[in-house]
Amino acid sequence: MATQIQTVFENLRGTRVWKSIFRRGPAVTNRTRSIAIFGNLFLHWMPVKVREKSLKVRAAYYLGSLSFLLFLILVVTGVLLMFYYHPATPKAYHDMKDLRFVVSSGVFLRNMHRIGAHLMVLLVFWHMFHVFYRGGYKPPHEFNWVIGVILLVVTLFLSYTGYLLPWDQLAFWAVTVGTNIISALPVIGNKVRFVALGGNIVGENALLRFYVLHVVILPLVAFLLIGVHFWRVQKDGGLTVRSRDDDGKN
Amino acid sequence: MSENNSNSRGPVPDGKTAISRRDFLSEITIGALGVAGLGGTAVIYQYFSPNVLFEPATTFRAGNPDLFPIDSVSFLQDQQIYIVRTPSGFFAVSAVCTHLGCVTQWKPDANRIACPCHGSKFQRDGKKIEGPAPRPLPHYSITLTADGELLVDKLQIVKSEQVLKV
Repeated sequence: MATQIQTVFENLRGTRVWKSIFRRGPAVTNRTRSIAIFGNLFLHWMPVKVREKSLKVRAAYYLGSLSFLLFLILVVTGVLLMFYYHPATPKAYHDMKDLRFVVSSGVFLRNMHRIGAHLMVLLVFWHMFHVFYRGGYKPPHEFNWVIGVILLVVTLFLSYTGYLLPWDQLAFWAVTVGTNIISALPVIGNKVRFVALGGNIVGENALLRFYVLHVVILPLVAFLLIGVHFWRVQKDGGLTVRSRDDDGKN
Repeated sequence: MSENNSNSRGPVPDGKTAISRRDFLSEITIGALGVAGLGGTAVIYQYFSPNVLFEPATTFRAGNPDLFPIDSVSFLQDQQIYIVRTPSGFFAVSAVCTHLGCVTQWKPDANRIACPCHGSKFQRDGKKIEGPAPRPLPHYSITLTADGELLVDKLQIVKSEQVLKV
C-alpha cells in the first residue's frame, strides 16, 4: 500500500502540470530543501534552518505566532460577519441582534470574533512583555521592536474601532468618551475629533468611518506590518535565545 | 553634497554662480512635489470634513412656557439639555458632562445633576459640586419667539446669571 502511494506520488511529480507549478525536484537534500523554501512565495521569508533551541516552547511560548493565528481567525470570522452587517443606524444594532438570535451559527461567529479580539489584545501585550523582559529589543532587533510597538497600537485601534460597530449603549458611550479624550489635544483637538467622527456627535458618519477603518484600512496596515515583522525576525538572526535561562535550565 | 554642489556651480562671466541643469531640475521637481504634497494633504483634510451634517438642529423650540411648572427641571432627551424654571424665570443648561461628554441625569431626590460615567455632580444651575468634570455645565441662550414659545440656541453660550423672565 505504502509503495503504491509512493508510486502514484512519483507519477504525479512526473506530470507536466506538477512540473509547471514546482520547478524543482524532490526536497531530499539540504540544498533542495532550501530551494523548496526559497522558491515558495508563502514560505520564502521563513528560515531554511533554525536552531533547535528557538523551537522550544520556552523560547517565546509561540506568543507572536499565536497572535498571528488570532489575527487570521479574526479576518475569517470578520469577513463572515460582514455578510450580515450594515454599517448604518439603527440597522447596525439590529444586525448584531440578528447575528446573535436569528442567523445560523451567527452567535458562534460573533462570539469567536469578540472573544478572539479580546484574546489578541491580551496576547499581543503578553508577547511584548515577553520580548521586553528577554531583551529582544536590543541590537540587532531595535527596528523590529519599533514595528512591533506600531503593531500593538494598530491592534488597539482595531479593537477600539470594532467596539463601536454593535451600536449598543456600551459602544456608543465608549466612543463618546474616547473621542472626547481626542479633543483634549492642544489646539487641533476639536478638529481632529470632528474629522474622526465626521461630525460633532457619534452618529451615522462616525459608525461608517469606524467601519471602514476596522474592515479595510487597519487590517491592511496590520497585514503589511506583520509581513515586515516576520521577515525581519529572520533577517535579524532569528529569535533571541540565551544559551541558559536564569533558572539554569537549558 | 555641498562639495558636489559647489563643483557643479561653476563661475559664469558676469560673476554670478551658475546652477547645473541637473540640480536645477531636481530642485524644481522636489519643490513641485512638496507643493503637490501640501495641497494633497489639504484636499484630503477637506474631503474628510463633512460640509453638510444631518445632526439634530442646534436651534429649536422647547414649547410653551406653561408646560414647565415653577421650580422644575425638565430633561429634553433629543436635545440633551435641561430647561430649568425657577421663580425668577427660565434658563437652559447643557446635559452633556464637561468631563468626557456623557449625558447626565437629573436626580430630583438629591436635588442635583449626576453623571453616570465618572460620577461628576452638578447643581441644577450647572455649578460643579464635585469632579472629575473640569467646568460647570454651560447655559445656552433661551428666548421667546413671536408666538410665545421658548427658543433655545445651543450655539450661543450665555452667562449663568442670565435668566429669561416670562
